[in-house]
Amino acid sequence: MSPELQSPPLAQPRAPGDVRTEEMLLNIGPQHPSTHGVFRVVVQTDGEIVLDSEPHIGYLHRCFEKIAESVDYLKVTPYTDRLDYLASMCNNLGYCLTVEKLMGLQIPRRATRLRMIVAELNRVASHLLAFGTYGMDSGAITPFLHAFRDREAILKLFEIICGQRLNYNYVRIGGLAEDAPPRWLDQVAAFVDFFEPKIDEYDALLSYNGIFIKRAANIGVLPAATAISWGCTGPVLRGSGVRRDIRKDEPYLEYDKVEFDVPIGRGEVGTLGDCWDRYMVRVREMREACKIVRQVLKDVPEGPVMAPEAKKVLRPPKGEVYYRIENPRGELGFYVVSDGKDKAVRIKCRSPAFCNLSVLREIAHGCMLADMIMIIGSIDFVMGEVDR
Amino acid sequence: MPPTAPPVNPANQNQDLLTKDTILLTTVEDFVNWCRRSSVWPLTFGLACCAIEMMAVGATKFDIDRFGSGPFRGTPRQADLMIVAGTVTHKMAPRVKRLYDQMAEPKYVIAMGACTIGGGPYWKYGYHVVKGVDLVIPVDVHVVGCPPRPEALLEGVFKIQDLMKREKLLDRLRTYHKRETYKGAGNAAMPAPGTPGR
Amino acid sequence: MTRAEAHAAILAKFPDAIVRDGREGKEAGDPYLVVKAERLHDVVKWMKEDPGMRFEVLQCLSGVDYGKDLASVYHLDSWTNKVTVCLRVELPREKPEVASITDLYGAADWHEREAYDLLGITYTGHPKLVRILCAEDWVGYPLRKDYVFPKEYHGIKNDL
Repeated sequence: MSPELQSPPLAQPRAPGDVRTEEMLLNIGPQHPSTHGVFRVVVQTDGEIVLDSEPHIGYLHRCFEKIAESVDYLKVTPYTDRLDYLASMCNNLGYCLTVEKLMGLQIPRRATRLRMIVAELNRVASHLLAFGTYGMDSGAITPFLHAFRDREAILKLFEIICGQRLNYNYVRIGGLAEDAPPRWLDQVAAFVDFFEPKIDEYDALLSYNGIFIKRAANIGVLPAATAISWGCTGPVLRGSGVRRDIRKDEPYLEYDKVEFDVPIGRGEVGTLGDCWDRYMVRVREMREACKIVRQVLKDVPEGPVMAPEAKKVLRPPKGEVYYRIENPRGELGFYVVSDGKDKAVRIKCRSPAFCNLSVLREIAHGCMLADMIMIIGSIDFVMGEVDR
Repeated sequence: MPPTAPPVNPANQNQDLLTKDTILLTTVEDFVNWCRRSSVWPLTFGLACCAIEMMAVGATKFDIDRFGSGPFRGTPRQADLMIVAGTVTHKMAPRVKRLYDQMAEPKYVIAMGACTIGGGPYWKYGYHVVKGVDLVIPVDVHVVGCPPRPEALLEGVFKIQDLMKREKLLDRLRTYHKRETYKGAGNAAMPAPGTPGR
Repeated sequence: MTRAEAHAAILAKFPDAIVRDGREGKEAGDPYLVVKAERLHDVVKWMKEDPGMRFEVLQCLSGVDYGKDLASVYHLDSWTNKVTVCLRVELPREKPEVASITDLYGAADWHEREAYDLLGITYTGHPKLVRILCAEDWVGYPLRKDYVFPKEYHGIKNDL
């Protein structure tokens, strides 16, 4: 055999039984049912073993940052909705808090409390979708139907306060777009009562299902040091056992006044930092979110929901600011540079999914091809946010 | 003693069937169209925010299966209907075109949401956004909204079913004609087969 | 550790590498340090590895076009000391070049590619500096202030 026909020596993990196969390039995406959007990854395989993978992003690059510096500060908020369209409230919140910090705006207390409620409800809705689609990725259709049934209840609540099912544009610079209608808080309380027992149902249905554990445990192990170096945040980082949550470490709104736990991965059914741990952090966070909503509901004062200083045209003072909040997917940061005019010089969105996704190559190294889908699902990214 | 059915005279059997309305007379074309519109298979093709509403249409509350359009297929070769749900970017446009080309005739396209119809909120400053998927592939039904409600998408599917009802069995010119008109756009951006990295 | 203490420590260690400190005049927002482009890698390396500093996370890396100059802005986080520091490197528009920090932080990989893609800042030493968001044969750097929107791209009209 001539030297150029011989396959190069492999210093990589082998298939069981050391079966030598030819290396192959396999393209997954951008249109693939399990890539959660238009994500493409080129996988180099040896038989069924993934030797290398190269993510390609940008198929949904919608020019958020160019638009953000071309329109007024107020008009950027609807575009932040469309970054992480599963957690639009949290995106609005992150952007508004950043500009408010730059301007030194004081927000009425009712608005602050309502913001906490909508942010936590949106966290539940986002995790529900992650839960449902992750079940689908592993071959279970039923959890998806259950998750969407309960998610509809949250969307109904959002529809009552702002009229939209997705892309709410509810949190505005200086407060909220509108006050919550009467009895809305009662409906939220009723929802939490309805929803909390459902989480046990989910655990029984999927989390502790033997087949699911076989599929998710010990797969895609992400060590904490790698996660930190690659800038992972949110459930991806906490799944590796690092207790890091902006709501605890640098509290914004009134998160320092409520009691809640930060669930982390414990390696209960497999190795610490595997797909199951990341998945389980999300399920447990839904419980914590319910806990937070309950506490906030106890004290929602009456009053205005918009700061009187917030005008139609905002001109923040010259300067630059970086501020971040805990999104369902991790730390969402906004870096705003202002030169004192009505348009920003630069608005950079540090999206959590962008950093979380970049670690995929590290995790997927040496796994089986079928597990690739499980790993992609466990990172739970939204392409709107990755590509912006 | 249980009652027994009266004996059937074999000579009268066909006549009975006719009088009892158990045989329907129709044209082949109507029959085929009825079959076609009763099982519309959409392509699982989510691009952005609208894809979440498309998932909601397939899920519990809205349940597209009620209207004979259930199974979302993973491959374009098994799909009749492409729901372009979300913003089409310049990087994605050749892919959309290729997926459309891979679908079997007769094929239908729904443009779902403002971005797909004409760029939506990304119209003015979105340098990387295609200003409407019409520039790449022919569209049958436009569904407005940002994102459209699931009910709106269902209505779009009904409109597609209406189109299917009027389909002429021996006249495939409709789709071919559409394809001819759209030959130019998007083709130049098609990556050559096997090109890595594109 | 507060942000001011972190700044003081960096200034004491690298008096020659820092162009200026903090927000000048009456600017609002966060303070920052402006670092010379050729010394950036040393400063970040020391900040990451010094046991007193321990900036283990690259939180955010943004390219900025200030109109006159470009800049590469680094937000580094120390979770141990609970402090964030903002470093800024100002780069000439004609030849924006700065050393890559991908060898220190994995997160810098995609962030630097993004800044290259959108602003044309070259990060020397980056293992694979290619466009990440825009299509590979895209022309121009969209986030620059003098960017002209394309009239068409591969036969698809952009100005309707």
